[in-house]
Amino acid sequence: MMQQSNSIIINGHTCLFEPGETILEVAQRYRIDIPTLCHLKGTTPTGACRICIVEMEGRKDLIASCTTPAAEGMVIRTESPKVISHRKTILELMLNSGNHNCAIGSSKEESWTDFQMKTLVNDQNEDLCPAWGDCELQNLAYRYQVKGRTTGEPQPAMMVPAERDNPFIIRDSTRCILCGRCVAACNQVQVNRAIDFGYRGSDSKIIAGTDDTLMGSDCVFCGECVQACPVGALVEKKAMGHGRPWETQKIRTTCPYCGVGCQQLLHVKDKKIVKVTGVEDGAPNMGRLCIKGRFGYDFIYSKERLLTPLIRGNAGNGNADEDNDGTGKKGKLRPATWDEALDLVAQKFTEIIENHGPDALAGVSCARSINEDSYQMQKLFRAVFKTNNIDHCART
Amino acid sequence: MFMVIGSNMTEAHPVASTFLKNAVQNGAGLIVVDPRKHKLVDFANLHLPLKVGSDIALLNGLMNVLITEDLYDHEFVERCCDDFEALKACAMTYPPERAAEISGIDAETIKKTARLLASVKPVMVCYTLGITEHTCGKNNVMSIANLQMLLGNMGVECGGVNPLRGQNNVQGACDMGALPNVFPGYQAVIDAKSREKFAKAWGVEKLPDKNGLMIPQMMDGLVDKKVRGFYIFGENLANTEPDIRKVEHELASAEFMVCQDIFENETTRFADVVFPAAAWSENDGTFTNSERRVSRVRTASPAPGYAQPNWWIFKQIAKRMGHNWKSDSAQEIWDNEISVLAPNLGGIKYLRIEKDGLQWPCPTEAHPGTPILHMEGRFTKGKGSFMAVEWTPPAEVPDEEYPFVLSTGRRLYHYHTRTQTGRCEGLNEVLGEETADISIADAKALDIAHNEMIKVYSRRGEVKVRARVTPEVPEGMVWMAFHFREGNANWLTNPAFDPNTLTAEYKACAVALAKI
Repeated sequence: MMQQSNSIIINGHTCLFEPGETILEVAQRYRIDIPTLCHLKGTTPTGACRICIVEMEGRKDLIASCTTPAAEGMVIRTESPKVISHRKTILELMLNSGNHNCAIGSSKEESWTDFQMKTLVNDQNEDLCPAWGDCELQNLAYRYQVKGRTTGEPQPAMMVPAERDNPFIIRDSTRCILCGRCVAACNQVQVNRAIDFGYRGSDSKIIAGTDDTLMGSDCVFCGECVQACPVGALVEKKAMGHGRPWETQKIRTTCPYCGVGCQQLLHVKDKKIVKVTGVEDGAPNMGRLCIKGRFGYDFIYSKERLLTPLIRGNAGNGNADEDNDGTGKKGKLRPATWDEALDLVAQKFTEIIENHGPDALAGVSCARSINEDSYQMQKLFRAVFKTNNIDHCART
Repeated sequence: MFMVIGSNMTEAHPVASTFLKNAVQNGAGLIVVDPRKHKLVDFANLHLPLKVGSDIALLNGLMNVLITEDLYDHEFVERCCDDFEALKACAMTYPPERAAEISGIDAETIKKTARLLASVKPVMVCYTLGITEHTCGKNNVMSIANLQMLLGNMGVECGGVNPLRGQNNVQGACDMGALPNVFPGYQAVIDAKSREKFAKAWGVEKLPDKNGLMIPQMMDGLVDKKVRGFYIFGENLANTEPDIRKVEHELASAEFMVCQDIFENETTRFADVVFPAAAWSENDGTFTNSERRVSRVRTASPAPGYAQPNWWIFKQIAKRMGHNWKSDSAQEIWDNEISVLAPNLGGIKYLRIEKDGLQWPCPTEAHPGTPILHMEGRFTKGKGSFMAVEWTPPAEVPDEEYPFVLSTGRRLYHYHTRTQTGRCEGLNEVLGEETADISIADAKALDIAHNEMIKVYSRRGEVKVRARVTPEVPEGMVWMAFHFREGNANWLTNPAFDPNTLTAEYKACAVALAKI
């Protein structure tokens, strides 16, 4: 068979590539699954984790597919015995490097080893890693059937308590695999430059500022690092204990705050939002969110929500209560039925129109609510009340 | 290259700012024009810390240099623009030295900036309320458009005049005709044909034919009794409008007031009837963002208690006043009414925006939407008109009695009057109270320590608030937000308005500081 130009062969399939594309990018376009951990779309590949290694014909060593540009005629194998064997070793090292207690057979305490119990001491609230079931390392450990170390003494680095002093992000260095995705998310995606790699060699870890807490650093809690983290090292505090990933329905919607219109995925359990993430590749935000978009969703569950229509004590019935708070209004607001409140408003507005003309009514619509609501309000004013006295806060 | 003027993007539009920062990291230039040294300045090639309210003088000064040094885009100006001579005549009266005197940016920097702007194509200008919330807001916008037309940066990708809209659906509320002069799709109410079209669609005999009142006129009307019934939907006017004392007097003057909201707030205190509304994520619908992109909003949770979608409430009132409206869901309202009546939205149907939204103009269902307006220099009206504008100072400028200029805006961790963000776990922890941001030099001169409680007062009111001493703010300026009732900047702000738009001058009024 004639070779097409600008093509490589991956697992026997001929794949075309654009100059500059990496082997990983070509494979992803052809839906050939090469596992990754440190790779974060849109950022500079580092080749740090080595899990995306592949075998190339004519070359002895394995190459990282995320950093190697595709070149004419390459013959690549992504799951050869050699590749699998190396991936197993890498995964084993990763699992042994930290507190990864998911690779055990049972959650019954008596079947846990001393090693596992010791590493759990510092977990405080959780028996299991909070990323359990939503962890890329765990998925790979299962895929390649690798078990972590379950005996011996935990290293001191595994005994560091998680950082929980801010309201949004739990940061657990014992579960960090130093893939660097959070660093790329912070520095290359959101460009907040709050976290980075710190120290050297076996002391290497992710630090905020000059090894401070997130609260003490330049962190603005956009949560991009949490969305990027493949393991349980960075998790949303507000979502803790409110549902496992497979229990939630994912509903796409638009953020209710500023005019950027970020696309969000609402993670909903029992009709309640438990977590919000950005819609990867969705326009306009391409997965990114800010602190309000990611963590500002729970106002709708406030106990202070208005639950019924309210009518002022004397409104419509002429009670002579006192003006009690300098608002010029007499009487307190009391709960009413929809019929009572709607009838009163229709009656009052009709009276005002009859006595003073339609232009004695004025309305302000809402720039926070949906288009359909603003449409409906201006229609009410124009078609029913017969006035153009309708405006909203675009000007003020 | 970018020029960001009157916009603190990293706080007010954080996600948009990330894309701008990415571009800068990839080599794009950035000029920030803002009195404050906000975060984006860290990424800028040039920061022009102009005096509050001097934008037009600076922009005219830049255009003076572009014309004098013959750096502007002749081809674009000749092919696509009208009234260049008038612009030139105006710009000639703003030599860099004069622009420098008014703006506080030295003449050499003005020249350097003009040359830098002319050296790259395209340049994208982004602005926010730092431009519009002035008594010369409309002219500020015109002036930016003049600059971009002169540079030939209109109608191209990564160029143009880009207002970053403040609220999630302020674009949409305008598009929907929640404005006193236009029906949905910007069709004028004074145009007989438009009225006929909408009257027919809405099954009514006729529609009112003169422009209605804008918010400040409505508020005045409450006091002089021209307006007797006031219907406020999802706005907390008692905290957001300038001069709270005046606003509360106006609200208290309403004969009959209806509020429709998701919480009781400072404004519902004045209401005779309050309707409980379903909130974001409690009903389906659409928002339209700054890029004119119509995106879906979906239901995740049921509305609590007896709360109902807003469109339903309006429909019930119409019914009680003799009008039976057919549409019975947000989708029916959009697909069968809005997109049918607004030509620019004609091609946008719920089915088409299941995933990414569509940007209007999108006239037909086969149309892919329009990300960039005025392509190839073809403006909606034909040729683009230069609108020569003169600089005018803010309505109230500092004097001996009130020696500081107060500018107001939004901070990252909260939104407006905190009706929403104040009720989200964690956000009050990262920002729990209002501060008055002042310069290090002023703090030293007045012997004010960081975090010390101080008094800020204007001709309209006073607040007690903690001082935040910061290098972000230039000498002579106080910067505050309006997130908290206590220490709300709007106790101090000046109810002076742009004569055309009636937008209030939130960005400039005179205040004084005092130790307590």
